[in-house]
Amino acid sequence: MLWAVLSIFVLAAVAPFIARVTKQATGWVLGLLPLAVFAYFAQQIGPVADGTPIRQVHAWVPSLDLTLSFYLDGLSLLFALLVTGIGTLIVVYAGGYMHGHDQYGRFFSQLLLFMGAMLGLVVADNIIAFFIFFELTSFASYLLIGFYHTDEDNRQAARKALVVTGGGGLALLAGLLLLQQVTGTMEFSEMLALGDTVRAHPYYTGIFVLVILGAFTKSAQFPFHFWLPAAMAGPTPVSAYLHSATMVKAGVFLLARLSPVLGGTDLWLYTLVSFGAFTMVLSAWLGLRYTDLKQILAYTTVMVLGLLTMLLGVGTSAAVKAAMVFILVHALYKGALFMMAGSVDHETGTRDVLELGGLRSEMPYTMAGGLLAALSMAGLPPLFGFIGKEVTYEAALGAGPIGIVVLVASVLANAALLAGALVVGIKPFFGGEGSFTRHPHEAPVSMWLGPGILATLGLAFGLVPSLVDQTILQAATGAVLQSPYEFYLALWHGINAPLIASLVTFAIGFALYVQWARVQPSGFMQALDGFFGRRPAAAFERGLFEMARLSQWTTRRVQDGTFRHYLLTVLSTFVVLVGSSLLLQTNIQWPTEVLGVRYYEAALAGIIVLAALVAVRTHERFIAILALSIGGYAIALLYLLFGAPDLAMTQFTIETLSIIILVIVLLNLPGISGQVSLASRVRDAVVATGVGAIITTIALTVLSTPLDRYVSDYLASRSYTEARGHNIVNVILVDFRALDTMGEIGVLAMAALGVYVLMRMMRQNRDTPEASIESDDKVLTEAEETA
Amino acid sequence: MEALLAIVSGILFACSFYLMMRRNLLRFVIGLIILGNAANLLIFTMGRLTRDHPPVIPYGAELPIEPYANPLPQALILTAIVISFGLLVFALVLVFRNYLTTNTLDADTLDAAEPDEPLDVHTETRRLPA
Repeated sequence: MLWAVLSIFVLAAVAPFIARVTKQATGWVLGLLPLAVFAYFAQQIGPVADGTPIRQVHAWVPSLDLTLSFYLDGLSLLFALLVTGIGTLIVVYAGGYMHGHDQYGRFFSQLLLFMGAMLGLVVADNIIAFFIFFELTSFASYLLIGFYHTDEDNRQAARKALVVTGGGGLALLAGLLLLQQVTGTMEFSEMLALGDTVRAHPYYTGIFVLVILGAFTKSAQFPFHFWLPAAMAGPTPVSAYLHSATMVKAGVFLLARLSPVLGGTDLWLYTLVSFGAFTMVLSAWLGLRYTDLKQILAYTTVMVLGLLTMLLGVGTSAAVKAAMVFILVHALYKGALFMMAGSVDHETGTRDVLELGGLRSEMPYTMAGGLLAALSMAGLPPLFGFIGKEVTYEAALGAGPIGIVVLVASVLANAALLAGALVVGIKPFFGGEGSFTRHPHEAPVSMWLGPGILATLGLAFGLVPSLVDQTILQAATGAVLQSPYEFYLALWHGINAPLIASLVTFAIGFALYVQWARVQPSGFMQALDGFFGRRPAAAFERGLFEMARLSQWTTRRVQDGTFRHYLLTVLSTFVVLVGSSLLLQTNIQWPTEVLGVRYYEAALAGIIVLAALVAVRTHERFIAILALSIGGYAIALLYLLFGAPDLAMTQFTIETLSIIILVIVLLNLPGISGQVSLASRVRDAVVATGVGAIITTIALTVLSTPLDRYVSDYLASRSYTEARGHNIVNVILVDFRALDTMGEIGVLAMAALGVYVLMRMMRQNRDTPEASIESDDKVLTEAEETA
Repeated sequence: MEALLAIVSGILFACSFYLMMRRNLLRFVIGLIILGNAANLLIFTMGRLTRDHPPVIPYGAELPIEPYANPLPQALILTAIVISFGLLVFALVLVFRNYLTTNTLDADTLDAAEPDEPLDVHTETRRLPA
């Protein structure tokens, strides 16, 4: 499985180069690999359906106990087949659809990246690997949605998708890590058996909320539903893939994967059912508001995601079965219909249902595939969609006290779905000639093959459900339920409650379709769209804007370009944080084991303090220098008194040099002026005093603990025996820490070089002190050349 | 004595930070010098004080005679003194150079490199450009 996943990523990397060679055949060539991977996974149906999940473990980061492990049970297999199977058809389709685009190769690269990420996601066992693939799908979809990036609307749609799903991904990461804390394992396959532990754990609610955030954002559940209809800004092959088999199904997959671990509680039941049902009904009806084929399809995808969330929330065997059936049903018809919409758009130049019509003779193959898929979407017999709807109603009826809510919501949503399906499947092909400028032809074979195959499968699975029920669907259901579950699917169950519900659905749905021209522009639909469709999207954009404004405001406040304000901020933070922690935690003691104070030492200390205070107070630059040097010499004397003659000598030398340089420079500078208000001086003084007090407090605290002289004694004892030096300080500098000292010399040399360059510029500038910056730059360049 | 020097270095830190928060660049440089001294004094004190006994091994001996001053802080401070001298000179020349160009020592007027608008936000449409 590692190779199956990796090979797709490798192909993604080389796809642009292949595309350069294969030109218009690229789709067919690149489709071979996903087809091979599909075949590989198809071979696993037998073993997996027998109830033995396959697990493969590869070492990844052994030092962190991370493994790159894959787990293939019925659920992963169902998704893996969809990802690679539909992926193959999409790649072929894209070969025709994107033909002639100047970034043909790049498109395939991104599409394959998307495929690899989604495949990795569904077969990953390790939660970290899962998370990486999860975020990679967000990233890849960001690139693909914004593929036509010259248009700002597309960039905006891409950003919306990235921020919503990426943000949810971060919540998911936190949830998964908490799950790891509770279960002690990073592998899904091991977590599955630990559901009771997790549900009883105090972290359960937190884990649940975080994981649900990840799933709801990814699968566009209300109130995060707005990003998905916007995502149709991407090229149509992307929409087809994103809606049918990848990305949006990742959230549903996550819910299904973790339902043995997190499911079965009231929290799970009510949250998923209420959000799922609401999303389902809302978006099914919102779909009727639109006339753009892709927009209608996008809202019906949100509807199906709501349905799946609701069914997984119900969590009974029948509900899980219905969810698995519907995943397959939806993937088949939605992939086909998006591709059909793309072909129609490609040939006519429009996707607006009101402008389309009468294409049945020009585009017979496209029509056949599209119509068949639309009938499956409508849930009409004998297509697979009918079975999907029946098992949903069956699940609703067996859902206990909430069953009636689930049933009513499902009927309402499915009726609108039926109407939408007929609008999408019939309007473009029948009726009078549409109003489009281009003369339509049948799409090339690469573009009707995919929808044709998917639509035919929708018919075949409806007529012969045994093709899938006993094998893959049963295995998937069993994997979610964590116990084997046998079922048969059939078109005809006799006259029972689900059938009656279906008939009601048909009645409402057909009525809606007939009245669609009146329903679509009605005031009610406009209000619904305004409140639930446009408003959340606008609120999101507004939120982004306000966040940018907030950060702009913060930036201006915190980084106003004035160094002393930065310093003030840093120091105040230091005072508040360190000061409060000192006050709260430390038991400050006066150090006991210290030397006494002799009067001349006290006098030196007094001189140092006095000199510093004079330097602070004075406005006379030469008095400041004088005070500085007196303080410096006093410190040198202290060094001398306390056994540090080397320091004293250095300090004397440096102090003398400093004075000379200071005097030279200051002679050329004006006096100290430019005062600020008393208030800010007081404020600065308070903060500075606070810092000083904290440093003294820390120092006193350190002094009241015993000193560990291990390193000093070690160096002292080796100073002569190993380095043959009597002066320990010197030995440390030039022997033990010689490399360090060399670095210091380097620093000094660089400073000296800098000073040299600056001085040269000054000499040349002396005649024109107000020279412009430009001419200075010239001088600088010359100086560098000279140097 | 250690406690006294801890207080002294605290005062030096306070003075240096106060000076570094002034508008005049010269006072900033003075603050920088005091900061170096304050830090050195603090390190010196933290290594504990020993009167009159430098860390030197007498001729003929292999080990220093107890008690001897802690050599480690001294080694650190020795380089620190030299480095802070390098810093001082460089800062001073920079200030001077800047004065020749701008004719001012007022830090608040040196904002040529600051952008007026840190972010490009469409205030009229109230949305962030993509």
